[in-house]
Amino acid sequence: MGLARLLNPTNDRKDGFSIGISRRAFLVTSAAAGGGMLVGFYLPQLGRAEAAPTSADLFTPNAFIRIRPDNSVTLVMPQVEMGQGTYTSMSMLIAEELEVDLAQVTLEAAPPDDKLYANPLTGFQVTGGSTSVMAYWEPLRRAGATARVMLIAAAANDWSVNPQSCRAEKGAVVDPATGRRLKYGELADAAAKLPVPDKVALKDPKDFTLIGTPAKRIDTPDKVNGKAQFGIDAIVPGMKIAAVAACPVFGGKLVNVDDSKAMVIKGVRQVVRLDDAVAVVGDHMWAAMQGLAALDIDWDDGPNANVSTASIVEQMEIASQKEGVVAHKEGDIAKGMTDSARKVEAVYEVPFLAHAAMEPMNCTVHVREDGCNIWVGNQVVSRAQAAAAQVTGLPPEKVQVHNHLIGGGFGRRLDVDGITQAVVIAKQVDGPVKVIWSREEDIQHDVYKPYFFDRMAAGLDANGAPIAWHHRITGSSVWARWLPPTFKNGFDPDTIEGAKPPYELPNILLDYVRHEPPGLTTGNWRGVGPTHNIFVVESFIDELAAAAKKDPVEYRRGLLGKSPRVLGALNLAAEKAGWGQPLAPGLGRGVSVQLAMGTYLSQIAEVEVSKDGEVSVRRVVCALDCGMVVNPDTIAAQIEGGIIFGISAALWGEITLKNGRVEQNNFNDYRVLRINETPLIEVHLVKSTEAPGGIGEPGTIGIAPAMTNAIFALTGKRIRKLPIKDQLRPV
Amino acid sequence: MTTLRVNGQELDLDIPDDMPLLWALRDVVGLTGTKFGCGVALCGACTVHLDGRPIRSCITPVASVVGKSVTTIEAIGDTPSGKKIQEAWLGIEVVQCGYCQSGQIMSAAALIENNPNPTDAEIDAAMSGNICRCGTYPRIRAAIKLASQSA
Repeated sequence: MGLARLLNPTNDRKDGFSIGISRRAFLVTSAAAGGGMLVGFYLPQLGRAEAAPTSADLFTPNAFIRIRPDNSVTLVMPQVEMGQGTYTSMSMLIAEELEVDLAQVTLEAAPPDDKLYANPLTGFQVTGGSTSVMAYWEPLRRAGATARVMLIAAAANDWSVNPQSCRAEKGAVVDPATGRRLKYGELADAAAKLPVPDKVALKDPKDFTLIGTPAKRIDTPDKVNGKAQFGIDAIVPGMKIAAVAACPVFGGKLVNVDDSKAMVIKGVRQVVRLDDAVAVVGDHMWAAMQGLAALDIDWDDGPNANVSTASIVEQMEIASQKEGVVAHKEGDIAKGMTDSARKVEAVYEVPFLAHAAMEPMNCTVHVREDGCNIWVGNQVVSRAQAAAAQVTGLPPEKVQVHNHLIGGGFGRRLDVDGITQAVVIAKQVDGPVKVIWSREEDIQHDVYKPYFFDRMAAGLDANGAPIAWHHRITGSSVWARWLPPTFKNGFDPDTIEGAKPPYELPNILLDYVRHEPPGLTTGNWRGVGPTHNIFVVESFIDELAAAAKKDPVEYRRGLLGKSPRVLGALNLAAEKAGWGQPLAPGLGRGVSVQLAMGTYLSQIAEVEVSKDGEVSVRRVVCALDCGMVVNPDTIAAQIEGGIIFGISAALWGEITLKNGRVEQNNFNDYRVLRINETPLIEVHLVKSTEAPGGIGEPGTIGIAPAMTNAIFALTGKRIRKLPIKDQLRPV
Repeated sequence: MTTLRVNGQELDLDIPDDMPLLWALRDVVGLTGTKFGCGVALCGACTVHLDGRPIRSCITPVASVVGKSVTTIEAIGDTPSGKKIQEAWLGIEVVQCGYCQSGQIMSAAALIENNPNPTDAEIDAAMSGNICRCGTYPRIRAAIKLASQSA
């Protein structure tokens, strides 16, 4: 839900999430965002100075569609492609209404522009928070329909017939009475002269011919033959390549560099000094890497030289002992606890996590007197532009950002620190320079999923049902740094997202103690707030079920009376997983449920534990209700992938600090799942005509508690701290 | 000058003997299909073929490939195994972000070239050196099976 909350802060549905992108709501929303979206959608045909190529024969009814007399149909992608299939799903939304085949379109990445390409759910240009389909479900269909109506009108004018009698199909307008047809390219000129209509009718979903089908992805053919260009693949004439090392301790400074050994290496051109980093510029990455290794660097480690994970957690535990800011409350927690027959308390901890996307951080920059060009793969293109503008002192419109396919985002590329650093380096380099981080640099200079220290307390009645629930969260507020206007009254919506249980509970208290760890920067990590909170909620409810001596699925069922869509997902998962039927010996089974990012989901994991305490996941059954679906194959892929991403983290993921330095280096000590460790994953979709929910993150959110609940079922040991790692090793 | 045979072409390159093949391909020859992921042969993103066998180019010095045949992702589709793998990859829609997939495809193509009907265990063993953070593993397994069936 996270980012999607921003412009729709009130829920009008009891069971949680309401996207409410009705036409009126959308216009109201865009007016609230400064009226930008209205301009973006209804670009007047004449007198338009901004946006893209203008030429006499270009039909651009809005910021997303360009049709030329040569019949080319270009779709401008407002959301970036980082594997989640947005290039295809966004195109399907437009193409359904525009009546073109996906094979007929070419795609362009949107340039930086918070007015034209602001995510309708957030008010600024961003791909993240599983919002793309939710945000663009209506607006892009409307963009396609508007264009289609204008093209039909142009044809009808030409034929002097009633536009109602014409039909659009496969990039042409047809007059069924006579069979004559005019291609969109032939109509572009005339359509461009027509006024853009204010109201167009959209197709009834039952008439969809493309949306809801597993259409082949547009980006994948070039990803199997080496042609796809990621940020790291940008080639600019005259480009040099730089390897960089930032101070291994956050907040430290560069004191001195002896570059004498580096400068004599063939291919090394230049050593660039920053306040807190040093870069070696060379003809190729090999020279740059060798040059960097040959430097003698003196760092002033700075104020965080003694920070360790132990010291951070110690401070966090102390902080967690005081009352936090109340983020949510229902009923009377004190009375609820007093009235309860039995209390359960627990402390839960989740670690710092790195993103470790396969494409290490990189950015290619060319700084000139009169402008700046950036080639990068990034999730916040307008912020990338703004960062470069700030560093160079150039006006933003002089900074051109070429956004590339991204080799893994997961929230890492919602930050522009790598871009800022690259521009600072590029200012000292004549000509274009591509800055590439090593894997070690990428792991050690990440923006980490925060460490959280959570205190849980619940009161149960005589029947074992929970009647009081207290969850105190202690940890960093990522959005206080990343999206400051959302931090109000001592908390932000992301940090507490997912902490309110979907269960019927009369007395609830959620409070938040903000504690910012020294020595590192925290950031958005796949599933954000819900990944943290739902691990805790679903583990703790499982503890309550055990205390009540009830079956974990039955216990949850009894509490989901007011959440029919969560219950629906749970029931489907239980049915498909065969919950209640005997398991093969040596296997344990655990369940989790969630409402997050507008999607209702339940997972059941089967795990095995070896005699040495090694945990492996053998099977995961996932049932979900994500409302109407654009591409069902993408839904399955995102769930499979999200689950696997979450398994890695649950089993082994942790970033630890010692002497101010991140201890992990590469995939040897930041272990991630490989193919031979991957379970069987089954995905079952609840058919729905509700508004679409998000899919990029939900798979990751619920897998950890399903696993740890399975471990409990098998071994009797309750995992309250991630990663699982060695906790089951026999002592 | 170092002469490398890449995708059937002889290339004379002014590069040091110890330069890893990965950087020669990407930065000198301009073939960017082969990817950098870890630099220490842990992730498989840099996989190319050397005389038909998969190697990690990030740790393979160019001196050691002189006189041998290097095949990269850009040319693997010209081989029957490579073509089958690419078609299966697209048929099953394996790919998400795609960054690891050059390496995955190169490893998979070598597998079915040398073992036309691999078992599940053989697939897992051959592919366990290629990391995918997007989690496309279930589809990789299915695609390799599909490719090995299309004899």
